[in-house]
Amino acid sequence: MTGALGIYNYWIYVVLMMIGLYGVIAKPNLIKQAIALGLFQTGIFLYYISMAVIDGGTAPVWTTILDGAQKYEGPYDNPLPHVLILTAIVVSVSVLAVALALIINIKRTYGTIEYDEIEAMDQADKRADYQRGQVTDAADDVEHKLEGHHHA
Amino acid sequence: MLDAFEIVPNLPVLVVTTPLIGGILTIAMGRGKGPWAWATLITGVVFYFTVLLMQQVLAAKTGFISYELGNWPRQWGIEYRVDALNAFILLTVAGVGFVTTLYAQKSVEKEIPQDRHNFFYAVWVLAICGLLGITVTGDAFNVYVLLEISSLTVYALIAMGKDMNRQALTASLRYLILGSVGASFILLGIGYLMMVTGTLNMEDMHDRLAALPDIVHHRTVLVAFAFLLCGLGLKMALFPLHMWLPKAYTYAPSAVSALLSATATKVGIYMAFRFLFTIFGVGFSFVAMPANLVLSVAACAGILVTGVTAVRQTNLKRMLAYSSVGQLGYIVAGFSLANVHGVAGSVVHIFNHAVMKGGMFMAAGAIMYRLGRCDLRSIRGLGKRMPLTMAAFVAGGLGLVGFPLTAGFISKWYLVQGALEAPHMWPVAAVVLVGSLLAVAYTWRVVEAAYFQEPEGESALVTEAPLSMVAPMWILIGASVYFGVSATFTGEISMRAAKSLLGGAP
Repeated sequence: MTGALGIYNYWIYVVLMMIGLYGVIAKPNLIKQAIALGLFQTGIFLYYISMAVIDGGTAPVWTTILDGAQKYEGPYDNPLPHVLILTAIVVSVSVLAVALALIINIKRTYGTIEYDEIEAMDQADKRADYQRGQVTDAADDVEHKLEGHHHA
Repeated sequence: MLDAFEIVPNLPVLVVTTPLIGGILTIAMGRGKGPWAWATLITGVVFYFTVLLMQQVLAAKTGFISYELGNWPRQWGIEYRVDALNAFILLTVAGVGFVTTLYAQKSVEKEIPQDRHNFFYAVWVLAICGLLGITVTGDAFNVYVLLEISSLTVYALIAMGKDMNRQALTASLRYLILGSVGASFILLGIGYLMMVTGTLNMEDMHDRLAALPDIVHHRTVLVAFAFLLCGLGLKMALFPLHMWLPKAYTYAPSAVSALLSATATKVGIYMAFRFLFTIFGVGFSFVAMPANLVLSVAACAGILVTGVTAVRQTNLKRMLAYSSVGQLGYIVAGFSLANVHGVAGSVVHIFNHAVMKGGMFMAAGAIMYRLGRCDLRSIRGLGKRMPLTMAAFVAGGLGLVGFPLTAGFISKWYLVQGALEAPHMWPVAAVVLVGSLLAVAYTWRVVEAAYFQEPEGESALVTEAPLSMVAPMWILIGASVYFGVSATFTGEISMRAAKSLLGGAP
């Protein structure tokens, strides 16, 4: 295959990555965000693996050592990106593990994993602090909102 | 004794392996003061190593030290390469890391439950390991791996603030998602560069990119450049990609805020130096591509917007966090000028801002230690109750303003000089000056509350923070004053780093 369709791996990688990026931005559910992040990173792995391919190439394995027979002299795929991606997979698994650990903690302390609900609870905390006379942060905003409330 | 263990020839790798192994061993140091003492020992040793490394680099005839891991030639293996620029950043990160570890003891005792101290110090040391690793390596993929080591540990460190305020958890997760997207963009950029050049070594990448015909229209190189610029922007919290930073710095444990503000984003900027100057080269990044325009506009907008936001804050830590984004703007604006004084100003400000802002976050942490919060209302009248802490905060604030005889003045002097030398870049100089006025405004709000208002409630009863917090705070603030009065060392090093970055050959 030639032309733009001939490099269809790259199209798939871009589509996967964009689905992931969309999920990270648009989904309020934290678990869905973590899944989307995983998808995003997996797209990049596919990109690296596609980069290693050579036309007619085989696995980069030294066949003489395996069977003692005739050595295959043909082209083989570039093993370096494979090795890099092994490392990147480990990294991505660790990122996911840390993200899930955080989400579990969030669920324990907030009782929800919906980002907009968490945001609303944080705002309520701020307002309560303000009324207790403990201005923690963004007091100006709260002050405005409270004043607006009184006028209304 | 140093020769017997062959420490000096192996310094570049010891800077990373010592905290890597030491950090993991921290977990086994029990529940008492053991983990803290061990972390202090490790960071102290690493700081000593970076001082030795600096001496080696200054003595080296070529101006840099090259270290091949496992003696593999650099085409195949990983090369660690230290020149004036990394030696200086290493010294900054390790030095501030050591001083903040000294400071951390009391603050962590108060803010984090006892049974988690060993884990806390383990990730703490590993975070410093990752930051030093990014700085020392000359291999593009190694940068990504060490970047993720430092990022993952930093996410954990921020989340440890959850016992003070549960928002630390959401702040950490937000940073994790944005940080991972940024790191993935960097990984993609490195992949495209490898596709074109077939190598991961930064020097080789530069040579092979320079040999390409018509690089300006080489689509793969352009894509790599775009991905790297976005990823680096996220990692160094360049406005408007800084959204993760204020919340993370506000809710992290106080010692962590001090460490991060001084080191984490600075190392992001160091990566930008390496990718934009060393790999792509000044000719491509700043002449053929409009990176200088993009970066300086973003940086100037950041200085102004975050300056105004900082003035409106009432929480000291959040105020300092916004101010940090603005100060990073100065650093980015400096190197986007792409002339010697601009780049030198940016390098020297990395160090100067690290000591000033580190010291100020320590002061905010000391107030947290005594009062459990650090907003403008609770610090009323503290100038009399906690004189050393508040004086440190004000001295740091004067540095941010760029008051003469503070380190901030030196940075701004270079930056303004660079902006006036570059053609059509005088608005940068104007923004630097307006930014200083905004720094006056937010520092003044603190001065007014602490020195001109009467204490109320429990603030009237507090005493000065313990010596183990005040002393490290004043080491950093003292350094910012010392290097403001006598800027020979920092000035010479940064001029040397700037010349080698702009000259192409490091």
